[in-house]
Amino acid sequence: MPRRVVVTGIGPVTPVGVGVTEAWDALVAGRGGVRPIERFDTSELPVRIAGEVLDFDPAEFLDAKEVRRSDRVSHFAVAAAKLAWRDAGEPSVEPTRTGVLFSTGIGGLESLLKQHKTFLERGADRVSPFMVPQLMPNAAAGHVAMEFGFSGPNTCIVTACAAGAHAVGEAYRYIKDGLADTFIAGGTEASVLPLTIAAFSQMQALTKNRDASKASRPFDKDRNGFVLSEGACALILEDAEGAVARGARIYAEIAGYGASADAYHITAPEPEGYGAILAIQACLTDAGERPEDVDYINAHGTSTQLNDAAETRAIKKTFGDAAYRVAVSSTKSMTGHLLGAAGAFEAGVAALAITNGLIPPTINYETPDEVCDLDYVPNEARKADVRLALSDSFGFGGQNAVLAVKRFEP
Amino acid sequence: MDKAEIQEKVCTILAEQLAVAPDKVTPAARFSEDLDADSLDLVEAVLALEEEFGVSIPEEEMEDVKTVGEAVDLVAQKLGVSA
Repeated sequence: MPRRVVVTGIGPVTPVGVGVTEAWDALVAGRGGVRPIERFDTSELPVRIAGEVLDFDPAEFLDAKEVRRSDRVSHFAVAAAKLAWRDAGEPSVEPTRTGVLFSTGIGGLESLLKQHKTFLERGADRVSPFMVPQLMPNAAAGHVAMEFGFSGPNTCIVTACAAGAHAVGEAYRYIKDGLADTFIAGGTEASVLPLTIAAFSQMQALTKNRDASKASRPFDKDRNGFVLSEGACALILEDAEGAVARGARIYAEIAGYGASADAYHITAPEPEGYGAILAIQACLTDAGERPEDVDYINAHGTSTQLNDAAETRAIKKTFGDAAYRVAVSSTKSMTGHLLGAAGAFEAGVAALAITNGLIPPTINYETPDEVCDLDYVPNEARKADVRLALSDSFGFGGQNAVLAVKRFEP
Repeated sequence: MDKAEIQEKVCTILAEQLAVAPDKVTPAARFSEDLDADSLDLVEAVLALEEEFGVSIPEEEMEDVKTVGEAVDLVAQKLGVSA
């Protein structure tokens, strides 16, 4: 009999706050974290806003030497993992039965760029020996394992904007199938950099809106691109029986996971929501639930014209009439797009909505769009009895992952 | 620059590069055992020393360098400074 899997800890490191309380309070207050970029000069860039994690000191989470030897993307991951572990009450675990699955969309790009500049300007023999372990996408998962001494399954799934959701989903399956008892599962991203601003902007993916607080506006008619953000989030997943036995505070159950591909275009979503529908259906089947029983969907909701329209179509096709009764919100309206960290954070948001009986809003929702006609929980948090929530994540590459998060009933 | 100045600079750089307390970086300190430096740390530290002193320290010459004092000697020798 497959085991059940519960969320017992959440560790957000995001533009809306570090730690559960700060991040959740911001979301339910409708307080966004998108601001003019502070970490570098933007005067020559087409976009000057982002969701940065400011006032973050990696030395609070890593020793000075590891801070030097690793990229910001790993700093965020270790911080998120430690916050989540504390939030879970620092359970006593068997290290070989404890895994780490930490995803990223891009990896340690800032370090790569710095060393590439050194290489071009000063030659091969000036390149840092730390460049490879800084840039590799799996470094974050390695650092988290080293910090805790956990030697169970350890991997990294690189699926762009769906990476964090795949991490949670695959970790859930490891525990469900009995291959581990506990997992630190999360996503991390630290790619708010001049080059990525330029590159995403050339794709027409980023909003050109200069007003930071209004820039990310998922499902609004005037949405015109996403806001690039950075951060991380880790979830502590445990075998339900073990969590109950140790008297853990349980946020919610990960009840289902569905994954699929659009097999259509390397960046644009399939316009009818083909791949998204497959993932939602697979997730509901895995959870043994019906569409009409879903109370809340934390949408992928990036604020691009294409994503929000395709996602809305996918929900309508999967849910039928029930699509108009389910609350759908995009917290990316406040966080911006955390890329590889988004799915993990948003699964945490779904769990918190269940625990708190409160659905965070889609802010900046002002003008309805005829192709986006669902209940997007506009602008203000809503009290709701949430038993079952979905968290959608759809990545560049056409990779989709949907998680079902359910109130835990022993 | 005399040897004492070289030693002081080398120690300062190593303390920073290896993220250890300056008082641990003594001539007798061994990189691996006392300063917890692995091979990657040493490459990075040598890059910093080369930069600071404007010298070139090939890998094979570093192979026999096990202590801070030996590193100071190597740099001094490159600069043509004797004790």
